Amino acid sequence: MGTPQEGTARKVKMEIRRIKAPLEVPVIEELKAGDKVLLSGYIYTARDAAHKRFVDALEGGGTLPFDIVNQVIYYCGPSPALPGKVIGAAGPTTSSRMDAYAPRLIALGLKGMIGKGKRSQAVKDAMRRHKAIYFGATGGAGALLSKSIVSSEPVAYGDMGPEAVIRLGVQDMPLFVINDIYGNDLYEAGTGRYKR
Amino acid sequence: MKEVHVDEIISALEELFIDANYNLSGNVCDVLEKAIGREESPVGKEVIRELITNANIARDEHIPICQDTGLAVTFVEVGQDVHITGGALADAVNEGVRRGYQNGYLRKSACHPFTRKNTGDNTPAILHSKIVPGDAIKITVLPKGGGSENYGEVRMLVPSQGKEGVRSFVLDMVTKGGPNPCPPIIVGVGIGGNLETSALLSKEALMEPVGKRSDNPEEAAIEEELLDAINRTGIGPQGYGGTVTALDVHVKVMPCHIASLPVAVNIQCHAHRIKETVL
Repeated sequence: MGTPQEGTARKVKMEIRRIKAPLEVPVIEELKAGDKVLLSGYIYTARDAAHKRFVDALEGGGTLPFDIVNQVIYYCGPSPALPGKVIGAAGPTTSSRMDAYAPRLIALGLKGMIGKGKRSQAVKDAMRRHKAIYFGATGGAGALLSKSIVSSEPVAYGDMGPEAVIRLGVQDMPLFVINDIYGNDLYEAGTGRYKR
Repeated sequence: MKEVHVDEIISALEELFIDANYNLSGNVCDVLEKAIGREESPVGKEVIRELITNANIARDEHIPICQDTGLAVTFVEVGQDVHITGGALADAVNEGVRRGYQNGYLRKSACHPFTRKNTGDNTPAILHSKIVPGDAIKITVLPKGGGSENYGEVRMLVPSQGKEGVRSFVLDMVTKGGPNPCPPIIVGVGIGGNLETSALLSKEALMEPVGKRSDNPEEAAIEEELLDAINRTGIGPQGYGGTVTALDVHVKVMPCHIASLPVAVNIQCHAHRIKETVL
């Protein structure tokens, strides 16, 4: 890329950082809203139906289907993989549907969320309090994003079809930081900058 | 009288839904290319470039454009001089959808509203059929994602609100959606008719070619005004800020009740998937 950013960061080249999942707090502390990152490592898919089951399990005294500490959840329900392929199209779904459940998972150690769209104040507050971060993947770029997915294995809730929880191995997944732990919000800042 | 067997309809539906989900329709890529020039934000430009790359990968490597391959919105115009043989039209449409989503490795996104149990085959199709003159069957498919559909609404305005009421309703919906419906968006606006007709008009408006103004001067003027206003909101590609929030706005106006001013807004994402065929 190397294109200059607008506004306060105008003179700074847009740097692309490579980061690893699971996430570590020192890395999260360095990320700012608007940063472009390439994420590699392992992440878990879960949409709202899976989140409801997570919370139902916790309320019933049960456990989550994976250890959530330092993990990243991708709000994604991929299309079926063609024969010989790892996965089908795999872009983000709208994150706000997970807002009712996210603070609880963040309190349990969830460190990153990948999706699209604005988060509730409760989620943003939980992110600041527990040092978690929210990334945007480009909505509707499901073919492009699938190219960064190198492995896929079912974890839980296979009965839910496209809403099952899957563990994905990712390599250089292109993301933007939307909400950092300092209260910055790319949507608010970006929209404000170009409003006429 | 011309006869068309349902097997032809089934095959057409299967092929159309697969084609629509892998090959971005007609001129959308050209419209995106031009939008790069109009976009002032570097991040916005980069997002639009990603969308063009995405469409190329989808076509060349056979991966759906978006994982949300939509509810199967289907418009069928049946010529009144055609006799459909071998079964019912609605059954044929559903069978075509079933085969397309299964054989095309498309995501099945239809579920029960409360239990959320997936129907398993993306049926029922959302079928709109119309009897028209002639002896042909025209089928248009518009697989429609949930993220953009969620930011549509019908509002019964008070007649005195007039054009200004329409404008503020549309801007309200676009602003409320912000990044969620995957901008740059396409906006369909149905004005007039009644509750359900305005909604249908707004969907039909989305079927107009992107970048083409209405032939009706009144509709064209509203389209231009709304497109300009939407692109001043600052939302931009993906909501990251920018000057290309909408690729286009289409407006359809028809008469309504003397007591009413129904207006419907239907938002479409940049992955504007639409294909048609004539049997």
